[in-house]
Amino acid sequence: MIVDLVIIAAKALLVLLMVLNLAGLLGWIERKGSALIQDRIGANRASIFGFAGLGLVNTLIADPIKFLTKEDFIPSRGDRLLHTLAPCLALFPPLVTFAVIPFGDVLILGERVIPLQVANLNVGILYIFALASLSVYGIAIGAWASNNKFSLLGGVRGSAQMISYEIALGLSVMGILMIYGTLDLQEIARAQGELIWGWLPAWGIFFQPIAFLLFFTAAMAETKRIPFDLPEGESELVAGYHVEYSGGKFLMFFAGEFAEIVIVAALTATLFFGGWQVPFLMRDGFHLPWGGTLPLPHLGVVLLQVGAFLFKVVFFSWLQILLRWTLPRFRYDQVMRLGWKMLLPVALANVVVTAIIIVMTSSSTGP
Amino acid sequence: MTAPRMLFFILATLAIASSLAVIAQRSVVRSAMALVATLFLIAVLFLALEAPMVAFLQILVYAGAIMVLFLFVIMLLHPGASEGRRPLWWGLGSLTALLLALELITFISRSSPPTVQQRSTAGGSFGSPEMLARSLFTDFVLPFEVASVLLLVALIGVVVLAKREVH
Repeated sequence: MIVDLVIIAAKALLVLLMVLNLAGLLGWIERKGSALIQDRIGANRASIFGFAGLGLVNTLIADPIKFLTKEDFIPSRGDRLLHTLAPCLALFPPLVTFAVIPFGDVLILGERVIPLQVANLNVGILYIFALASLSVYGIAIGAWASNNKFSLLGGVRGSAQMISYEIALGLSVMGILMIYGTLDLQEIARAQGELIWGWLPAWGIFFQPIAFLLFFTAAMAETKRIPFDLPEGESELVAGYHVEYSGGKFLMFFAGEFAEIVIVAALTATLFFGGWQVPFLMRDGFHLPWGGTLPLPHLGVVLLQVGAFLFKVVFFSWLQILLRWTLPRFRYDQVMRLGWKMLLPVALANVVVTAIIIVMTSSSTGP
Repeated sequence: MTAPRMLFFILATLAIASSLAVIAQRSVVRSAMALVATLFLIAVLFLALEAPMVAFLQILVYAGAIMVLFLFVIMLLHPGASEGRRPLWWGLGSLTALLLALELITFISRSSPPTVQQRSTAGGSFGSPEMLARSLFTDFVLPFEVASVLLLVALIGVVVLAKREVH
């Protein structure tokens, strides 16, 4: 009993630290990587004992200290309670979403079988969408409580944008759920270990390439970053919903944004790129399609799986930051048109076509 | 007191406190946020009853969609936070609440108290996606489709109203 509790607590802590550390690391990639893309030097001021190496000291140590020691400013005619609550509401959903994302198959230690997922819910994907739908409150409430017209405009824009893209986001995943026939993320990840025609891994991307594009676009819109950063829009709204935020509270908004990037990357990997699956890696080692086998110890297999998952998460996080520094911002009406007139109809068509194909091939052995 | 029951009492107390906050607040936005908290806590209660599907649908539909629209409208219209209380509505509201409370008390006192044998959780496949889908698309397929037509009518109505304002 106690051991079970300790294991669950350890897993929860591990996952939380993974998200937070990745979010911190992404802050570094954002600052130094953007400098690389724009041919600047980037953060290079702070140094400890003369070591300013690659701006790591800046972004990992100096920046957070700077944020936390700054004055916490609350507008005098704003709502103090809601102004403080808003950053918490922005940071909470992305941090707890990771609970249902599987980061490995199972770890067997002696008699004990530990599933490498914090909470195994049979409706895991619904949990994620439910929490994602709550993340609107952070910006809406923060914008309103600031008592600033730029904030309010940003908040109104943000809530409209997030509601619009939530629908496309939900519909784009529908095809994947229909193919694997479950709402359980661990089952979806397991099903992607099968092989089609004996050599191609049954990853979601091969069945649902259109759904992947729709999902990734809608998910990037949900993170409210360029090219979808209408709620912030520095050149139009100063900084949108967080104009009146400083110090630690601003840091919470900032960290929430990076945690969202990590979540989007983890979901993309789990739904479309096999999650923790390594191609041809079974529970006892590699089984290559052209006949060779390479047996591996159990611990090695688990480490490979977790490593593969982390690699995919880091890759898709990096891809999002690359896109953010490459594309210019959309105009507001363009964002709305893209969401309602392009993503939504295409997602609906994708669901219908997938359903027809599943019904037609259900007699034969499908995945 | 067992752990599930303790959890129930904690959640129930919090839910009642936040629903009282809905009507006790003078600020409309704070009231709306208290209502979000109430809906969220009720969803957690569903989760404690082992009905995760119902719980997450509750959050998704009520806390995450309907309340966001409420908030959106409140932020756009910006109603005055300190609107005077109207005595007539105040009295009518109290009377209705009193009647409802009386009804509840008589109902609860008549029904037999729950026994130990009764299951405290829904358990089994209750509220699972499979069961929900099966009952929606077999037994209740007609009401389900009629409801979707109703939503379509509302949608068309909104488009017509919005178009009229443009001209």
